[in-house]
Amino acid sequence: MGRIEDSFARAKAQGRGAFIAYLTMGFPSEERSVEAAGDLISQGADIIELGVPFSDPFADGATIRAAAYEALRRGTSLAGVLRMAARLRAAHPDTGLVLFSYANPLYSMGLDAFARAAADAGIDAALAVDVPLEERGELLAALRPHGIGYIPLVAPDTPPARIAASVEGLENSFAYAITVKGITGERAALPPDLARRLDAIRAASRLPVAAGFGISTKAQAEEVCRHADGFIAGSALVKCLAEGRRPCLR
Amino acid sequence: MKTHYGIYGGQYVAETLMAPLRELEAAYEDARRDPAFAEELGAILRDYVGRETPLTEAKRLSAHLGGARIALKREDLNHTGAHKVNNTAGQALLARRMGKRRLIAETGAGMHGVATATMAALLGMPCDVYMGATDVERQAPNVQRMEMLGATVHSVSEGSATLKDAMNEALRDWIASSDSAFYVIGTVAGPAPYPEIVRDFQSVIGREARRQCIGKFGRLPDQAIACVGGGSNAMGLFAGFIDDPSVKLVGVEAGGRGIETGEHAASINGGRPGILHGAKTMLLQTPEGNVIDTYSVSAGLDYPGVGPEHCHLHDTGRAEYTAIRDDEAVAAFDMLCRFEGIIPALESSHALAEAVKRAPALPRDAILLVNLSGRGDKDMENVRRWKSARAAAAAS
Ligand SMILES: Cc1ncc(COP(=O)(O)O)c(C=O)c1O
Repeated sequence: MGRIEDSFARAKAQGRGAFIAYLTMGFPSEERSVEAAGDLISQGADIIELGVPFSDPFADGATIRAAAYEALRRGTSLAGVLRMAARLRAAHPDTGLVLFSYANPLYSMGLDAFARAAADAGIDAALAVDVPLEERGELLAALRPHGIGYIPLVAPDTPPARIAASVEGLENSFAYAITVKGITGERAALPPDLARRLDAIRAASRLPVAAGFGISTKAQAEEVCRHADGFIAGSALVKCLAEGRRPCLR
Repeated sequence: MKTHYGIYGGQYVAETLMAPLRELEAAYEDARRDPAFAEELGAILRDYVGRETPLTEAKRLSAHLGGARIALKREDLNHTGAHKVNNTAGQALLARRMGKRRLIAETGAGMHGVATATMAALLGMPCDVYMGATDVERQAPNVQRMEMLGATVHSVSEGSATLKDAMNEALRDWIASSDSAFYVIGTVAGPAPYPEIVRDFQSVIGREARRQCIGKFGRLPDQAIACVGGGSNAMGLFAGFIDDPSVKLVGVEAGGRGIETGEHAASINGGRPGILHGAKTMLLQTPEGNVIDTYSVSAGLDYPGVGPEHCHLHDTGRAEYTAIRDDEAVAAFDMLCRFEGIIPALESSHALAEAVKRAPALPRDAILLVNLSGRGDKDMENVRRWKSARAAAAAS
């Protein structure tokens, strides 16, 4: 068993969904983002998603984009995020650490070099937003020998057979169900048919299912976890940091 | 359909876009087998765009240079003033066939935005065009044209505020609205099947040019030369000659202030493989894998990636890719104005400058076919500013 599987199992045993917290690392500064991750872990986060800032965040909403640009301006790189991961790993031996990136920084480092460095830093699994099922072969082949899991994304209209294919052969992972047809960012309301779709995704997935995009309140998280094994909060936490507040869900 | 070109291309997109890409692929497969679609597109290209475009021999320019004969494929004479409309006409008809109600486009120089806005007006569809704030300023006449045609122009001021950022914003729009909106990509870049669709719609350039060359000169050209931003006008020209091994294919990238200065937009000459906007491509990027701000006097070439098929043609050696600096492009711009009475787009001036370089060393019976991808009305103010900045720099 790996830390990702353990995290979901632990949450389930406690009768709740797993809390997965996304942060854009390097924002508002390297120190503050590492501190914020520690703070979230103390608030009960089971898994931290370490966002790698990228120059062209085409799948992100305004909050995370602004954080990424600021982190880049401060010189944050993939190597830097891996250094931050190593610090978190040393301080939090049981917390799941997922690296959340766009494809190019990973390819630019070289997939094998990346996988080795990520393993050394204590990363459990990686997610590349713009690497769908069709293109992931190379990346999986690099991650596998280093025991790093891969997190597949599932969209609102991904058909059941494709969901099954997406989770096929993956270990120490979860299916990341995108709640909305759109980019990251807080939403006042989640789509009305979300519960039904999450049930369908769960039925097709042999991995735990966590829902993300647009979840910004504890109430939304609870609602989602009635139909999923966990939830991901991102923009809402990053926004707290942007406003100089402690990261937490309202 | 083709998804990869050697190691390049692919569909590096968020999962949310996979279903819309599948839908597009299926619709295009269906359309290209349907004679009624070809007929409708053909009629628009003929009766509305004004095809076919002429092949003009640049006699005075050729005589001045002394050497090869230079022939110009006159895409500048298309309605809207560039080759871009060949593609937007095709994609807009496809959008309507798919039941989409709104067109989305990114634009750099504004020519693709104008061509999309034009088709949107013709088909009665709303149109949202994303344009980098830098480009909104340096291509102001095109912003006015788009707005006059009824499109909404969104100025994108984040990132480097140029074409790549406009494309990011267009993708964001499309991710959320693909049920009802169609994303009209302006060049042979982006995720599959876009590179193939755009090449197919632009290949009318090469088909006509091949026939016209044989008709006018009794033979094929020795070289076919085109500028490369994302690479659509070049791919369209090359498509006509790809199976003619005697025809050298030459793509011309924007060398900006010189490759060695780092201030350029020459992805093949100055980049390394990377992933941007859905495709693996030669990419201008930092050692950490962030995309670099490009520079060129010409907004339409100011893009850090390039179509995946060009990268592959470069790897296989079938096509050659060179770079032309700003000053060389502006000199060629001036020459075409003075010797031929044609004001070319700054993008096209890069292709022309390559021909200007090559012609003198070639025999008098050699033929250089240059794709004059657009007209230069939009660039007059840029050229004037570029010259006065240069004069000021020389004086100080
Ligand atoms: C006249 C003209 N030529 C060329 C280009 C570059 O695009 P591509 O390389 O796709 O032909 C542009 C882009 O705006 C253009 O306006």
